[in-house]
Amino acid sequence: MDDPSYVVALAGNPNVGKSTVFNRLTSLHQHTGNWPGKTVATARGAFTYQGAAFTLVDLPGTYSLAARGAEEAVARDFLCSGQADATLVVADATCLERNLILLLQVMERTHPVVLCVNLLDEAEKKGIRVDLAALRSALGIPVVGTAARGGRGLAALQAALLDAVRRPLPPPPPPVAYPDLTGLSPQEREDAAAEAVVRRAAALAAKAVTVPPQAHRWDRRLDRLLTSRAAGLPAMLLLLGLVLWLTIAGANVPSAFLSDHLLALEGPLGRLLAGAGLPPALCSALTEGVYRTVAWVVSVMLPPMLIFFPLFTLLEDAGYLPRVAFNLDHLFCRCGAHGRQSLTMCMGLGCNACGVMGCRIIDSPRERLIAVLTNSLVPCNGRFPTLIALLTVFFAGGGAGAFPAAALLLGAIVLSVGVTLLVSRLLSATILKGAPSAFSLELPPYRRPQIGQVVVRSLLDRTLFVLGRAAAVAAPAGLLIWCLANAAPGGVSLLARCGAFLDPLGRLMGLDGCILMAFLLGFPANEIVMPILLMGYLSAGSLTQYAGLGQLQAVLTANGWTWHTAVCMVLFTLFHFPCAATCLTIRRETGSLRWTLLAAALPLAVGFLLCATANLLLGFLPF
Amino acid sequence: MTTGYQTLDRLPVGAVSTVAALTCGGDLRRRLLDLGFVPGSTVQALQAAPWGDPVAYAVRGAVIALRRRDASGISIYGK
Repeated sequence: MDDPSYVVALAGNPNVGKSTVFNRLTSLHQHTGNWPGKTVATARGAFTYQGAAFTLVDLPGTYSLAARGAEEAVARDFLCSGQADATLVVADATCLERNLILLLQVMERTHPVVLCVNLLDEAEKKGIRVDLAALRSALGIPVVGTAARGGRGLAALQAALLDAVRRPLPPPPPPVAYPDLTGLSPQEREDAAAEAVVRRAAALAAKAVTVPPQAHRWDRRLDRLLTSRAAGLPAMLLLLGLVLWLTIAGANVPSAFLSDHLLALEGPLGRLLAGAGLPPALCSALTEGVYRTVAWVVSVMLPPMLIFFPLFTLLEDAGYLPRVAFNLDHLFCRCGAHGRQSLTMCMGLGCNACGVMGCRIIDSPRERLIAVLTNSLVPCNGRFPTLIALLTVFFAGGGAGAFPAAALLLGAIVLSVGVTLLVSRLLSATILKGAPSAFSLELPPYRRPQIGQVVVRSLLDRTLFVLGRAAAVAAPAGLLIWCLANAAPGGVSLLARCGAFLDPLGRLMGLDGCILMAFLLGFPANEIVMPILLMGYLSAGSLTQYAGLGQLQAVLTANGWTWHTAVCMVLFTLFHFPCAATCLTIRRETGSLRWTLLAAALPLAVGFLLCATANLLLGFLPF
Repeated sequence: MTTGYQTLDRLPVGAVSTVAALTCGGDLRRRLLDLGFVPGSTVQALQAAPWGDPVAYAVRGAVIALRRRDASGISIYGK
C-alpha cells in the first residue's frame, strides 16, 4: 500500500490521563473520567502526523496484564494479537513506580513500546522530578514527558511514535530479570515473578524519580478532611448540596428568560402558519403540540441539566468520586454489593444509561447485575428539572429561594441512595445470593480540574444532546399527545378516555390518570414527562394558555393537585421504570429480556408501594 | 530483625510496616501483586473510611483502599 496506516495501542493504568492523551492526539471529544475502567470498550481514533496516518486504539485502563478481569483480557488480547504496530504506555509522573509495573509487563509482550510520562505539570506542583533520560537509557525505549491536558509534549510524542513505527530501535534486553523459578509451585512461581517485576519497577523509579518527603501532603490533608469519620459524610452532603443549589439558583434566570420568550412566540407562530394557508387543525397541532412541548423542554428542562452536568464533571475531574466510593463502600459491602457500585450509582446521577454501561467495571456477574438492576433508582439529570420544579413550587415557597429547594432535592437523592441500598440488599438475599467479592479502590491524587474546558465541552455536548432529544422525542411526543387530546370519537377525547382508564390506579397512588399517562408517554425521555403532563391538563380545558413556570402551581392546583399529590409525584419521578434508552442499554448489557423486565419492574414496584403508602399516610393528616 | 507477623487489617492508622507474604488466593492475590503488595513492599495505613472500613494504604507511591476482609489476606511484619 502507498499510504500505510499505523495502528498504535494505548495502554496505561486507570486515572493517568490516558483518555486525555487519546483525545488530544485525535481531537476526539470522548468524555474522560476519573474512575477505573471508564474506557470499558476499546475506542478508536485517527490522526495524521507528517503525512503518516495513525489509528489509535484506546485500551481499557488496567493495573496489569496478568489478572483475570474482563478489562485485562481486552488489553492483553489486543496487545498479544500483533495488530498494533506500536504500543504507547501512558504513565502518571506523580505515581511512576506503580505505573512502571504495567509498562514492564507490556514490554515483555510486545515491541516497539513508547513510554509517555504524563501529568508532568501535576508532578512539578508536588516537587516530584522525573529524569526522562535516565528512564530512556535504563529501559532502552523512547520516553516522552507530557502534560497532555495543556497540550505540552504532544508534538514530541507524535514524533516519537512516528520514529517507533518507521525506524524502530532494536528490541531492548528483557526488561525484568527473573530469579530461577524451577521447582516452585505455580503459586510460588507467580509470586516470585510478580515480586521481580515490582522490584524492577522500584529500582527504575529509584534511579529516575525524586520524590520530596512531603510531595503528597495536600492529597493526604484533603483526604483526612473529605473521608474522615467526622467530616467525610457531612462534606459529601455539603458538596452535593452546593452543586444542587448552584444548579437551581443558576437555572432560574435563563429558565425564566427562555420561557418568557419562547412561549410568547407560540401565538405569532400560529398566526404565521395560518397565514401560510395551513388548515387550522394542522396549525394547532404544530403550535400547541410540537412547538409548545419543545419550547418547554428547552426553556424549563434544559437550564438545570446544563448547569448540573458541568459541575458534576468538575467534581469528577478533581478526583472526588473515588472518595465517594471510599466513604460509602461499607454500606454497599453490608448490602452484598460490589464496592464499585457506588461509582456506577454516581454515574447514574448524570445519566442512567451511562451508569448501566459503567457497570462493566464490575467483574463479578452477580454484583454487576445488582448494580444494573438498581441503577435507575437514583434520579438522572433528566429527572432533576421535574423534581426541582415540583419542590420549588410546592414546598420551597414558590421560588422564594434556591436554598430550600436544594435541601429538599438533596433529601430526595439521599432517599434514592437509601432505596438503592435496600433493594441491593434484597436482591443479594434472594435471587442474586452471594458474598461480596474482593475489590481494591485506588484513591488517585486530586487534580486541578480544567474548568474552562469542562464547562465549555459539557455545555456544548449537553446542549446538543438535549436539543437532539427534544427534536427526536419531544416533538413527536407533543404531536402525539395533541392528537390524543383532540381526537374525540363520541365527544370524549382519547386522552380523557386513557386518563379516565388510568385514573383509579393513579388515585390509589395519590396521583391521577393524566400523570400516569404522562409517565407512560414520557418513556422515551424523562425530561418530557412534565411538558406532556401540562399539555394534558391544558388541553383538558381548565386553562387554555400557559405562560411559564410561574403559572405552574395555578395549572396544577386547578387540576386538583395538593401538596400530597406533589409528594407522590416526586416519589414516582424518583422511582418508576427507566427511560427507553436505559432499557435498551440494560437489554444490551445483560443480553436478557427477563433481566431488563425486572430492571423496569423493580423501581416501578418501589414507586407504586411508596406512593400508595405515602397517599394512605398523608390521608390521615388534617391538612 | 522482626518480632513476628500480623495481618494488614490490624495495622493502626498512621503506622508503617512491610509486607511479609500474601496469604489470600485467587484473583485477589493476583490483583494485590499487581498493585505492588509484594513481599518487601512498605505499606502505611493512611486513613479509615467513615465507618472504619475500608482503609486506604500507601503502597509503592499510590493510595489503595482495601476492605478489612481483603486486607487480612496480606501478612505484614510486626507484633
